Amino acid sequence: MNNSELYNYTLRLADNALILGQRLSELCSKGPFLEEDLAQTNIALDYIGRAQSLYNYAAQLSGKPLSEDELAYRRAENNYYNVLLVEQPDEDFAHTIARQFFYSVADCLFYAELTKSKNETLASIAKKVIKESKYHLNHSSDWVKRLGGGTELSHEKMQNAVNALWMYTDELFEIDDIEHKLIKEGVAVNSSNHKSLWLAEVTEVFKEAGLSVPENNFMMTGGRSGNHSEHFGHLLSELQYLQRAYPDATW
Amino acid sequence: MSIVNDQLEVWEVFIQSKSGLPHIHAGSVHASDIEMALQNARDIYTRRGEGTSIWVVPTTAISASNPLDNDMLFDPSNDKMYRLPTFYLMPEGAKHI
Amino acid sequence: MNLLQEVTSDVFQDKIDQGEYIEPKDTMPEDYRKHLIRQMSQHAHSEVIGMQPEGNWITRAPSLRAKQILLAKIQDEGGHGLYLYSATETLGISRSEMIEQLHSGKAKYSSIFNYPALNWADIGAIGWLVDGAAIVNQVSLQRTSYGPYSRAMVRICKEESFHQRQGYEIMTRMMRGTKEQQQMAQDAMNRWWWPSLMMFGPHDNDSPNSNNAIKWKIKRESNDELRQKFIDKTIPQALLIGLTIPDEFYKLDEKTGHYTIGKINWDEFHNVIKGNGPCNKQRLKHHKKYHQEGAWVREAAEAYSKKQKSKLK
Repeated sequence: MNNSELYNYTLRLADNALILGQRLSELCSKGPFLEEDLAQTNIALDYIGRAQSLYNYAAQLSGKPLSEDELAYRRAENNYYNVLLVEQPDEDFAHTIARQFFYSVADCLFYAELTKSKNETLASIAKKVIKESKYHLNHSSDWVKRLGGGTELSHEKMQNAVNALWMYTDELFEIDDIEHKLIKEGVAVNSSNHKSLWLAEVTEVFKEAGLSVPENNFMMTGGRSGNHSEHFGHLLSELQYLQRAYPDATW
Repeated sequence: MSIVNDQLEVWEVFIQSKSGLPHIHAGSVHASDIEMALQNARDIYTRRGEGTSIWVVPTTAISASNPLDNDMLFDPSNDKMYRLPTFYLMPEGAKHI
Repeated sequence: MNLLQEVTSDVFQDKIDQGEYIEPKDTMPEDYRKHLIRQMSQHAHSEVIGMQPEGNWITRAPSLRAKQILLAKIQDEGGHGLYLYSATETLGISRSEMIEQLHSGKAKYSSIFNYPALNWADIGAIGWLVDGAAIVNQVSLQRTSYGPYSRAMVRICKEESFHQRQGYEIMTRMMRGTKEQQQMAQDAMNRWWWPSLMMFGPHDNDSPNSNNAIKWKIKRESNDELRQKFIDKTIPQALLIGLTIPDEFYKLDEKTGHYTIGKINWDEFHNVIKGNGPCNKQRLKHHKKYHQEGAWVREAAEAYSKKQKSKLK
């Protein structure tokens, strides 16, 4: 395959979207009130739609007669390349919000730049995606402020969630040989440049929310090369159930 | 009723479906602040591209006329046909008027 | 007092008879208000509880397309619950009170959602049969006499038009698929056919709430009329894709053009209403659990808003 870097790059983006979408879709009918339930479903739908476009492109790049669903549903655990952050489970609403907020700040920086990619397909997907990402960021940062500045209990829960997920944030800015090559070609985004912008934005929202930036600087990594957390296999076993149990069926 | 409201405040939602058209009442949402009310209205009432603009108003801020006053309020205008263009006779052949 | 009540109730009935709508601030008999609150809140709760059986399959939806459709559909159900809560709130009851009544068992929801969704074809059957039956009822309710209810139903019917089609599409795909898929589809048909017929409620002769509801034009067509409409349009759809009707007595009456069916098992219907359906306890437990778990979030939002307001002062 000539495009193996581009294929892998696209697959990573797709996996991030799919796995976060899957996590959010687990929350349907479990929201703290009806309006927020529907809001979270909207966000889930944005991600799954995004995953579909990206898998579709990855399938074209693969040079094999693969479908978007085969890519989404039929790979082994260590062939998914999403960041660890998006697979983290929803311990409570504060975790959902913290995960979304961390991800959305990075996502907005990332996709704003991807709109300028020399790869037309990725650029055009990014143009659609960036609008959604901005909304996700608005929604989640408002909630960070509400929970951080709400009651004593909500403040504690929000701070706990922030502390728990902090170690998964560095991976959002990792780049490796795949990216290096594509950055040179003007195709990929150099997200390693985004770390300080991300931290500035997060710090500002935290300040308003009365939350503190965790001091623990230990960072987990691995998702982007296929090393996932224990949660991930369970997520996949649900996601893939029908495709795996009835491999000859079309749905 | 002794049941405490634990479902946030109620806001009325008005949606403009196309620029140039009036904002029309769509329903209501629950929310604790303006930003949330606008987002909830967006997530609930514009899922199928129904909107180009949203207004939200706290339900308690809306006053409605009393239906028992309808005779007094609305009937008197029924016999004032001179407010309508069809009330006037134009000479035959008059154009653009 | 009695005289006054009679006069208002005459004016009210005249208005109804002339086909006018009743609006929130209009004078209305207390029984009309009560009937509406009961029916509309039950309708709202049904939409919200109805998110659960389908929600059971979201994470396992077998394709990205199917997952998006199902999510969007369940979200619609939640949205429709919300429209209906909104409309019911105009009658002077809060959403908190309605939820409390659901939790205490005072308010009901449609019994159909006490049946389990066991295989992927159930998602097809729920869309095609359950939504199909609901739509027949809801189309009729678009002309209901209470303005906010009617407006909510118009919006709901417009949005739900895709629900039944997506369900039938799933059933069609499965009937065209592998043997196992066909078995799943028929299994779902067997389990959902009769409960969906029961959704229209008891036969007209046994329906205690229908008389006033028809007089007040809350309900525009009787249970049996609506059920017949559903049967007549659904049986040919089933046969077209090769499904068997799980009723050895059903037949087409050539003279009337209507299908007749075997006896509905009303014992089962009443049993499920009483709380003995396969999922009654589970559905309510789920709703209570997430309502309670969400309390701290709602409290935080209220507290934050109060703090912001006092900062402005």
